[in-house]
Amino acid sequence: MRSRVDNPARLSDGGLIDRNKPLQFSFNGVNYTGYEGDTLASALLANDIKLVARSFKYHRPRGVFTAGEEEPCALIEIGEGDARTPTSRAPMIPLVQGLITNSQNCWPSVNFDIGRVLDFTHIFWPAGFYNKTFKWPSWHTWENLIRKSTGLGQALTGPDPDHYEQVNAHCDLLICGGGPAGLLAARTAGRLGVRVMLVEQDQSFGGTLNWEQVQIEGKSGHSWSLNIIDELDSMKNVMLLPHTTVVGNYDHNVTTLLQTGQGTAWRECFWTVRPKKILLATGAIEQGLIFPNNDRPGIMLASAVRHYLNRYAVVPGRNVMVATNNDTAYQTVFDLARKQIAVSTVVDIRTEVSEEIRQGMADLGTALICGVRISDTRGTRGINKVSIESLDGKIMGSHQCDLLAVSGGWSPRLHLLAHARGKLRFEPASQSFLADTLPPGFTVTGSAAGCSKLTDTLTDAIRKTNNICSQLGFTGKHATAPVVDKDALGSTKTVTAPLNSGKHRQWIDLAHDVTLLDAELAVREGFVSVEHFKRFTTTGMSVDQGKTGNLNAIIALAALTGRETADIGTTTFRPPYVPVTLGAIAGGNLGEFYAPRRYLPAHTLHQQLNAHFADYDWQRPECYPRAGETVEDAVHREVLAVRQSVGIFDNSPIGKIEVRGTDAAEFLNRVYINNVLTLKPGRARYGLMLNENGVIIDDGVFVRLSENHFLVHTTSGAVSRIVAMMEEWLQCEWSHLRVLIDDITTQWANFTLAGPRAREVLNALGTDIDLSAKNLPHMAMASGSVAGLKARVARISFSGELSFEVSIPACTAQHFMQTSLNLGQAFGITPYGIETLMVLRTEKGYLHVGVDTDGSSTPDDIGWGHVARKKTTDYIGKRSLFRPANLAGDRKQLVGLEPLDSKQSIPVGGHLLPGTEQQVPVRTEGWVTSACYSPNLKRYIALAVLAGGRQRLDELLTVFDEDRRIAVKVVSPLFYDTENERLKD
Amino acid sequence: MLRIKCPWCGVRDQTDFQFGGESHIARPETPEHASDAEWANYLYFRKNPKGLHYERWVHSYGCRQWFNIARDTLTHEIIEVYKMGEQPSTRSDTGKANKK
Ligand SMILES: [Zn+2]
Repeated sequence: MRSRVDNPARLSDGGLIDRNKPLQFSFNGVNYTGYEGDTLASALLANDIKLVARSFKYHRPRGVFTAGEEEPCALIEIGEGDARTPTSRAPMIPLVQGLITNSQNCWPSVNFDIGRVLDFTHIFWPAGFYNKTFKWPSWHTWENLIRKSTGLGQALTGPDPDHYEQVNAHCDLLICGGGPAGLLAARTAGRLGVRVMLVEQDQSFGGTLNWEQVQIEGKSGHSWSLNIIDELDSMKNVMLLPHTTVVGNYDHNVTTLLQTGQGTAWRECFWTVRPKKILLATGAIEQGLIFPNNDRPGIMLASAVRHYLNRYAVVPGRNVMVATNNDTAYQTVFDLARKQIAVSTVVDIRTEVSEEIRQGMADLGTALICGVRISDTRGTRGINKVSIESLDGKIMGSHQCDLLAVSGGWSPRLHLLAHARGKLRFEPASQSFLADTLPPGFTVTGSAAGCSKLTDTLTDAIRKTNNICSQLGFTGKHATAPVVDKDALGSTKTVTAPLNSGKHRQWIDLAHDVTLLDAELAVREGFVSVEHFKRFTTTGMSVDQGKTGNLNAIIALAALTGRETADIGTTTFRPPYVPVTLGAIAGGNLGEFYAPRRYLPAHTLHQQLNAHFADYDWQRPECYPRAGETVEDAVHREVLAVRQSVGIFDNSPIGKIEVRGTDAAEFLNRVYINNVLTLKPGRARYGLMLNENGVIIDDGVFVRLSENHFLVHTTSGAVSRIVAMMEEWLQCEWSHLRVLIDDITTQWANFTLAGPRAREVLNALGTDIDLSAKNLPHMAMASGSVAGLKARVARISFSGELSFEVSIPACTAQHFMQTSLNLGQAFGITPYGIETLMVLRTEKGYLHVGVDTDGSSTPDDIGWGHVARKKTTDYIGKRSLFRPANLAGDRKQLVGLEPLDSKQSIPVGGHLLPGTEQQVPVRTEGWVTSACYSPNLKRYIALAVLAGGRQRLDELLTVFDEDRRIAVKVVSPLFYDTENERLKD
Repeated sequence: MLRIKCPWCGVRDQTDFQFGGESHIARPETPEHASDAEWANYLYFRKNPKGLHYERWVHSYGCRQWFNIARDTLTHEIIEVYKMGEQPSTRSDTGKANKK
């Protein structure tokens, strides 16, 4: 560690820091000391560190420019490893013990950065340069190279180790900003019983009272604010949120906040607040000035100099100059003088200043030069010289300095108003944009509303808060404004200097390295609308969103195009007001908590059976591999077991909807393409549902339990949307039908016993239902008891085998499956999973909606046109089936495919080309939708959709999949047991 | 995010609801007699105004009931909430929302 003077730029007393609590921190590997109450910016300045960062594009040396969230230059990387936060604004980082900080966008070091070559060759890198130059062969060729040389911090690669929270809240009044106006408003409303949330982005409440030398009601501004905070703290109806930024305002005034934790288990907390009223007490942001080389370290906003001096007892320079276009910067001269720091010269663009100021400067021995501007600055790692000239360009000499305090006037913080589509208007007197039309529920007060004196701010806050309270229905003894004994200088009479079009660069956006030359180029190329201008120059598009530069950019655009500033307008501010960590937006919805997992009621048993699980909305067994088996081996074994003896399948997620009522049959007759009215109680039917466009949205078996009571089965993933669809038709179109629907999917577990010996297993379990083919044929259902459990047993088959679907109460699922496995052992029972079922159903050509159909499939496409056409009454989607496009002969129809070489697999998604010699590119005639190896047929099989497919049986085609070509023959989609003999017993 | 007043449950966040498109679209009485143009008009053609819009929403993650709202598509102001089968009392004359 090198030797150095501790805190050389710190005054021996004063400030709101705790000198009994020193804190160690490191910057670029060197250890330094600061104090509790410091920010990283104030601690760096106290240690006389002026060069802290390199700029975005040109790698220019940069120092601390502001004392707040608007910081465009001092963007620092905080922390180490995956807990790093790049591009943190140094004035917003509270100093804590052991803080590790580093400069970014520089190599090998911030003091000697190779990337600076970009600055010396800046003439080749104007606005729009990338877009125009790197077009050949394409932008992507150059993108990597360019991204390496420009930019800010390094993005993290590992998972974020920090924890984030999210909170929802409601209140009557959300006050944005805890400065004098916000504190007074909170106290006024709080005393009347209004539910208030007071949000302040700084770690301490008080705003300007923490650093302006004012007196209210006989106290210093700071101690006056502490009294109010104490009172607010004691109010149960007031919530205080320091170190929290209001980041966005959305429809109906839903507002989001980002809270930074300190000493908490969470790093950040993201709030969603639904306030009845919003009060913007957000203050104003001082703007910079445009002059040649206005970006050097040691050039700082005049208000920031006061902030560091009065709040942190830090003197950012000993040889100070001030450049201004308004009165407030003179307060910096007076404040510095009180600490025995003389300001040598003040340069004021205005030709006249008040007698009070003129006399004040004379008393302090400060040279005041009016009607001039800065013509250049010098000093690579920190400013050391300022040249000035008259407004018509006459050289007027140069001055030595190590700190140049600048003030270009004040811009009210109205970003949240803009989020809510409020309108702004330009006020020439203060050269700033003020609120014009307020969105519903919004009030603006204090310097955000254009008040320049503290008295005005407090009076305005009281008046407007009383008004809000009345609107909210809170009446009582309304407060009056406190008396201000001593105020700071207000921002009066701002003027703009004529632009100085010299060869030196003059920054209008420090964060994104946009200069006046870029602005001139944009205007020459015709980008004169403020929105076009912004995008061409990228002004205001960096992390600070141009908080200290946008106003200057708009004024410059007005000057360059000979228009009034009021006619230029502003670009649209959008959320978030400050950068928001993705972690805060995600909150706890990560990894296992991203979405809930749904487990089958017999999940534990499946685990014991060594199920291979996959996520099908539910966690479902795909198959049950035995020792030494691959997934494929297990599927083949299970397929053969079902075809040869018997298998058991957990089908619990299948959608089950009960439909009841005197109009239940009539309703379902309008929902299905099938005839529902003729179905007899105890019998089941396979049905298709369409949407009003005639497209198949689901299929499944529906059962008539009794005259007015139906059970509708849906695809397991479709039950929620089918219930919603039924509700919509019943509530919005057919409200006269007397029907109730009820989703009972999770009430009943469901197991399929499938295979030639299924009936024997079910008899062994013990049932009072007559299982004979005569009493319970294919597509019939009966209720009774099975294995001592209340049960519904249906002869439904998705495998093509003799199959009983047994529904039992969900809580008995594990017991039922275990008992079936025990008693079924004698019959060779084998548990099978969903992958096995997919092979079984593909062998039978049973389609899977959403796999073998898509958003254009009609009943006729899958071979159900005869049913759809036969029904005479109307049903959902019927009329659409007769639209010309749905009657065309070349529609994609479901067919089967067999490879000519039985050992060749067929890729799902492969495209179908005519013949076996067809070259690509050619228009596709269809594609493969399902494919598998059939262990029963001992060859690969596939289902596909093919243009006019049903007329093309036995035709030879090519399946084309990237570079693979597989010769196939078109066959019927029914591969196995083509006469359905196995379902008859 | 809109804050919508369900007629059955009260004010809830928009994320509780699903949008169901324009309200008061009449389904042809006898679809088989509708021409292709009439059927296409029923299926696909919607007003999409700048200003007052009658639309239906469902409280999917609440009571699952459908209802209508009259909303200004420019400001998102919800002028009226009314039940299915009812007519709005808000009328559009000039394209602007006017409460009767
Ligand atoms: Zn509801």
